Amino acid sequence: MNDVKKDLKKPAKIMLREIVDKVYAEAWEAKKRGEPVGWSSSKFPAEIAETLGLKVCYPENQAAAIAAKHGGKRMCEYAESLGYDNDICGYARISLAFAAGAECEEKPMPQPDFLLCCNNICNCMTKWYENIARMHNIPLIMIDIPYNNTPEVNDENITYIRAQFENAIKQLEKISGKKFNTEKFKRVCENANRTAKAWLKACSFCQYKPSPLSGFDLFNHMAVVVTARCRKESAEAFEALAAEYEESVNNGTSTWHYDENYRIMFEGIPCWPELQNLFRPLKEKGINTTAIVYAPAFGFVYNNMDEMIRAYCKAPNSVCLETGVDWREGICRENKVDGILVHYNRSCKPWSGYMPEMERRFRKDLGVAVVGFDGDQADPRNFANAQYITRVEGLYEIMESKKNGGL
Amino acid sequence: MIDIYTMGIDVGSTTSKCLILKNGKEITGKSLVGVGAGTSGPERAIQSVLSSSKLELEDLDYIMSTGYGRHTIEIADSEMSELSCHARGAYFQFPNVRTIIDIGGQDAKVLHVGDDGMLVNFAMNDKCSAGTGRFLEVMARALEVNVEELASMSQLSKNNITISSTCTVFAESEVISQLAKNTDRCDIIKGIHRSIASRVGALARRNGVIDDVVMTGGVAKNRGVLHALEEELGHKIYTSELAQYNGALGAALFAYQKLSR
Ligand code: SF4
Repeated sequence: MNDVKKDLKKPAKIMLREIVDKVYAEAWEAKKRGEPVGWSSSKFPAEIAETLGLKVCYPENQAAAIAAKHGGKRMCEYAESLGYDNDICGYARISLAFAAGAECEEKPMPQPDFLLCCNNICNCMTKWYENIARMHNIPLIMIDIPYNNTPEVNDENITYIRAQFENAIKQLEKISGKKFNTEKFKRVCENANRTAKAWLKACSFCQYKPSPLSGFDLFNHMAVVVTARCRKESAEAFEALAAEYEESVNNGTSTWHYDENYRIMFEGIPCWPELQNLFRPLKEKGINTTAIVYAPAFGFVYNNMDEMIRAYCKAPNSVCLETGVDWREGICRENKVDGILVHYNRSCKPWSGYMPEMERRFRKDLGVAVVGFDGDQADPRNFANAQYITRVEGLYEIMESKKNGGL
Repeated sequence: MIDIYTMGIDVGSTTSKCLILKNGKEITGKSLVGVGAGTSGPERAIQSVLSSSKLELEDLDYIMSTGYGRHTIEIADSEMSELSCHARGAYFQFPNVRTIIDIGGQDAKVLHVGDDGMLVNFAMNDKCSAGTGRFLEVMARALEVNVEELASMSQLSKNNITISSTCTVFAESEVISQLAKNTDRCDIIKGIHRSIASRVGALARRNGVIDDVVMTGGVAKNRGVLHALEEELGHKIYTSELAQYNGALGAALFAYQKLSR
């Protein structure tokens, strides 16, 4: 009891970091005990493996961590030396290099015994996981989510995906040697819902002016929504985070320690190797990020299996343009942004591909300044700092002239 | 009334340009040195414009730097991105401008300005020199002609040749293989201009092309590229003798504005 109390007093960001560390530590322990360990795409229905007590690691999260610690270039080049093209997503290249045995002190994790792939993320994911399945000769459990051409998910798709969920459960029962317990599944889903709600609540504090947080913080905290959303402690940590933000609003404090002259949405995955460079011109000009697309993308809440399936149909790259625009314009309005900075990410073609049209919509519908820059989430060779700075200054100057009726 | 002198310095990747304005209206001098950021170019450009304007540094009331190397100019009172400066410079010269196509040494950008001349949005090339001044230089070298000759030679072209690679290096090998086939150099040059026009045209269409369209930057001097762009976009494109000084002009105008505020 005392321990729990002590835990609750910890700063939420420490709680959150510890949860991610625990996910990986538990995977290592399971591996040592001889239990099978899986690798999972970030939007595979984590509820299934969690119910069966299977330990799972997350290659996208690993790749981001490696990239942030400046191992991205080395790992990408390793993958290229194996014959993978440098056009392939940087996360995929890093992960393929790691699976192939590239040394990596930045963020080691156990090699996989099975793979959980859901292509609601993108279809690069499918090939990436197929390659690893071949490399290690291990089972690949695939859930195919058709791209949603309409804002609504149609019923045939639900039937199709439900059958795949059931099949995945059977396959994972075999791998784990355990029976799927529906009571436990319910509890796991409750945790996932509670985590999602708390995550959304924490993100919602960006709407305050000034914001009690720097939106870039959310890029770090989202690791927990990706790797541990079915755990009770994740829900608790996000609830603690939301409580901290609430307190900050009351005290007038913030994790953003600079002027908040302007508020923007940062569109896309950040350039992990360049976080400092991304951040610097923004803080110098007093531009806080108060909206990120991950908030709605990972904050999904459901009440039954069908709703859960519908929720998994909605990932940033699996929804149609209209839904994508709605998500973004919703958070831009809520969080009162003056501008949008779009990352044209060389790694993520599906995400970057529909941005030119989105840019046009944002300008028309929101009337805010929208500026794009070229970069990469993991491969530092695709980012040029001077170009980035010029674009941020351009964004700033447009926002200034809109505000002041001229520069 | 005391005259007010403001200077704009545009330090690009391949050139340094300076321009001095008297009372925010009259150009008293301008200079251009063919090397840019990180070289002696900016300093030489400053000295040259001061001497042609018969002014001393102390006579200048405000100095604004812009361009890729804007952060390196210690004497500047402040700096502003080349995006806003190009918008302001073009608006000063062409009050009806709405779209600016600027092709410099290493980048190509398309700017939109509002009816008050303020920058509204922009699109820039990605990290690739295709469709920029550097691309033309590489092609001119492969063809063994001076960059200045490209425009007049392209006018003599009789056949359409397509240079399809957007990559500078691959396009250069395409040019070389055309030469090996004895293709007329004038035709190749026109093909190169069209290749730039189609790449920059795609950038321009991203946010729409609104009249009047003005072309600035060093490449605007090449009427071959300008005409290819007019054909590509189906819009008349204006330019001026000051095309290359447009960023420096905008900076000098902003400098004047700073003082008048
Ligand atoms: S970053 Fe984009 S391309 Fe790469 S795995 Fe994620 S969604 Fe797919």
